Amino acid sequence: MSVNPRNILLFGLMGMALLLVAVLQSPTLALTILNMSLISAIMALGVNMQWGYAGLFNVGIMGFTAVGGLAVVLVAQPPVPEAWRAGGFGTLFGLLIGVGTVMAAVALWRRMAPGRGRALALVAVLVAGFALNRYFFVPAVDAIEAVDPATTGYLGGLGLPVVLAWPVGAVFAAAAAWLVGKVSLGLRSDYLAIATLGISEIIIAVMKNESWLARGVKNVSGLPRPVPQPVDMQAAPWVQSLADGLGWSLAQTASIVVMLGYAGLFTLVLGGLIWLAEKALNSPWGRMMRAIRDNETAARAMGKDVTRRHLTIFVLGSAVCGLGGAMMVTLDGQLNPGTYEPLRFTFLVWVMVIVGGSGNNWGAVLGGFVVWFLWVQVEPAGRFVMELVTAGMAEGDLKTHLLNSAAHMRLLTMGVAMLLVLRFSPRGLIPER
Amino acid sequence: MDILNALITLANFVLFPAITYGSQLALGALGVTLIYGILRFSNFAHGDTMAFGTMVTILITWALQGAGVSFGVLPTALLALPVGIAATVVYLLVTDRVVYRFYRRQKVKPVVLVMVSLGVMFITNGVVRLIIGPGDQRFDDGARFIFSVSQFRAYTGMEEGLALRTTQGLTVITALIVMAALFWFLNRTRTGKSMRAYSDNEDLALLSGINPDRVVQVTWILAATLAAVAGVLYGLDKGFRPFTYFQLLLPIFAAAIVGGLGSPMGAIAGGYVIAFAEMGITYAWKRVLTHLLPDSLAPEGLVQLMSVDYKFAVSFALLVVVLIFRPTGLFRGRSV
Repeated sequence: MSVNPRNILLFGLMGMALLLVAVLQSPTLALTILNMSLISAIMALGVNMQWGYAGLFNVGIMGFTAVGGLAVVLVAQPPVPEAWRAGGFGTLFGLLIGVGTVMAAVALWRRMAPGRGRALALVAVLVAGFALNRYFFVPAVDAIEAVDPATTGYLGGLGLPVVLAWPVGAVFAAAAAWLVGKVSLGLRSDYLAIATLGISEIIIAVMKNESWLARGVKNVSGLPRPVPQPVDMQAAPWVQSLADGLGWSLAQTASIVVMLGYAGLFTLVLGGLIWLAEKALNSPWGRMMRAIRDNETAARAMGKDVTRRHLTIFVLGSAVCGLGGAMMVTLDGQLNPGTYEPLRFTFLVWVMVIVGGSGNNWGAVLGGFVVWFLWVQVEPAGRFVMELVTAGMAEGDLKTHLLNSAAHMRLLTMGVAMLLVLRFSPRGLIPER
Repeated sequence: MDILNALITLANFVLFPAITYGSQLALGALGVTLIYGILRFSNFAHGDTMAFGTMVTILITWALQGAGVSFGVLPTALLALPVGIAATVVYLLVTDRVVYRFYRRQKVKPVVLVMVSLGVMFITNGVVRLIIGPGDQRFDDGARFIFSVSQFRAYTGMEEGLALRTTQGLTVITALIVMAALFWFLNRTRTGKSMRAYSDNEDLALLSGINPDRVVQVTWILAATLAAVAGVLYGLDKGFRPFTYFQLLLPIFAAAIVGGLGSPMGAIAGGYVIAFAEMGITYAWKRVLTHLLPDSLAPEGLVQLMSVDYKFAVSFALLVVVLIFRPTGLFRGRSV
């Protein structure tokens, strides 16, 4: 692997920009941007696998990151024994019946000969399964949600270390992706886009409404952290001496140390992923994927099972998105399903991949950094521009309207940036080799 | 056992709303299916195009209301609708000229066009939010009901009530007129025939001297008209909010695919199928069943199959079923 000096320059410039923010604005802000950039880079890597390696168009990134976030609650939160006693069995049994019904229906469909008998049997199984599911599920869920609704009202998690939730989040996202891919891959290319759009809306709807699972819109906050709290850090002698040495306040030093801890963890994960992705891309498997992307018909003629390969890469890429989602919820320390919106979670990641350079892992990573940096910094800039524009205007409705609309400018700028890059520089900042 | 009361309840809470919603979805799906048939990509910007047309209509409506103009019992928005349509037509034609034409000439893969339409969708969304804001807007005026529950009760003396809102009646009538006009255009006029020819076989159409640029232009004009009408009808019925229009994308696509992408008849059928499924599955059937069943069998719960929050799941489930068993849709749209 040869290293292109231009790429090093680009990453260097990005680092300089972050340093400038640290010096001119505040080190805390620079680290906040850095941590989210690392996570964004991971999500962009996942999408790049799907789009860049295989040409699959996923518009459901939001859903995959959200199930990743859900995994954090289910793995790391302490269990709520009272809720389990109240309705744990009924809920699980109801879910099992649901899964069993679907599996029975599939088996029936495969085994029986086509005809009216099969259709009738299928409907009977589905109706019976649904009724049984409701019978066990609904009272159990009501019982769980009645358990101390102000603080719990859900089953809680397994109480395991939070870092374990990251791979679990990846597995959750992979499962959702498998479901979608199994149905829509192998059909027209845009069916996948529509199906992913649908599944992401449904995942968010489930997370908002099934309070027994993760409290829904009541949010779960105070999630366990992989690094100590800033408050605990302040007590550590080495932090105190560091604060003295640097001449910073103790609280600021402690929070910076904690953020550096997160940055270290995230960098480890990102580094591992890049290493794996680069290995995969430059292996026979990676060459096969690109061959399929560039000419499906030829690849099929060479005996490649295009649909299966697409399914693999789609599941892998979504798993990486789920991993990123789990890491993001860990960083925030809370799961807040109401904040998941497609503009932020689906579209922004797409802009990262396109701007960075689709088909190139380093490009996706750089795109994650650059676009997140702009996303954070464009808002104050937009407000500044709006204030300049409206400076000469008299106070009035129009002026307040324009000032308030600065927030939507961000969306517009990103959209324009994406179209401009697609049109004039479709290969992105770091083009595919 | 009271079949008549059961029927009235059903009509009030399921049939009327579903027919209305179905008409709105059908108009939206017609636009998607036309663009798919001629330009050969799934246009993700369609929901936001609807929002754009509705926004212009709302602004004009406010201006008219401010000037003291009204349309009697009908909503003032109907007077503003032509301006909304015109603005949407201009917007789509400009978008095509600035964005899509480049890719069409390059003959890129359809999925690239889908992606470009995603970019257009976000820009449109941004423009709409920038101009009118992300909040709820209500702009219906005029009479609220064609007949209200109390009028119906007084007239028939039935126990259950039935109301027909103006917006519901208006939606169905407008949708029927627009659909009839569209089919007349596609089947009877020269331009419509050339559009169908282009959709069936592009190369053959080009050979027979059809001007592709004109066909594309007319398609955008039709799509813009359909989108603006669908958006305004939906907004009159349920209120306007940019994000809701984005979310309409899923049921609209589901309708177009269930019917068969590229088939106008299919889009209409798909719209009603999705609407009825959604209403039927998220409606609490308790009242209807209480009337139908003997007292001893009266249901205790709400008999609601799924909560209303899962209406997306209904569209999605239908979409999946169609993709698995009949990927070309009910009306045999374009092949896979």
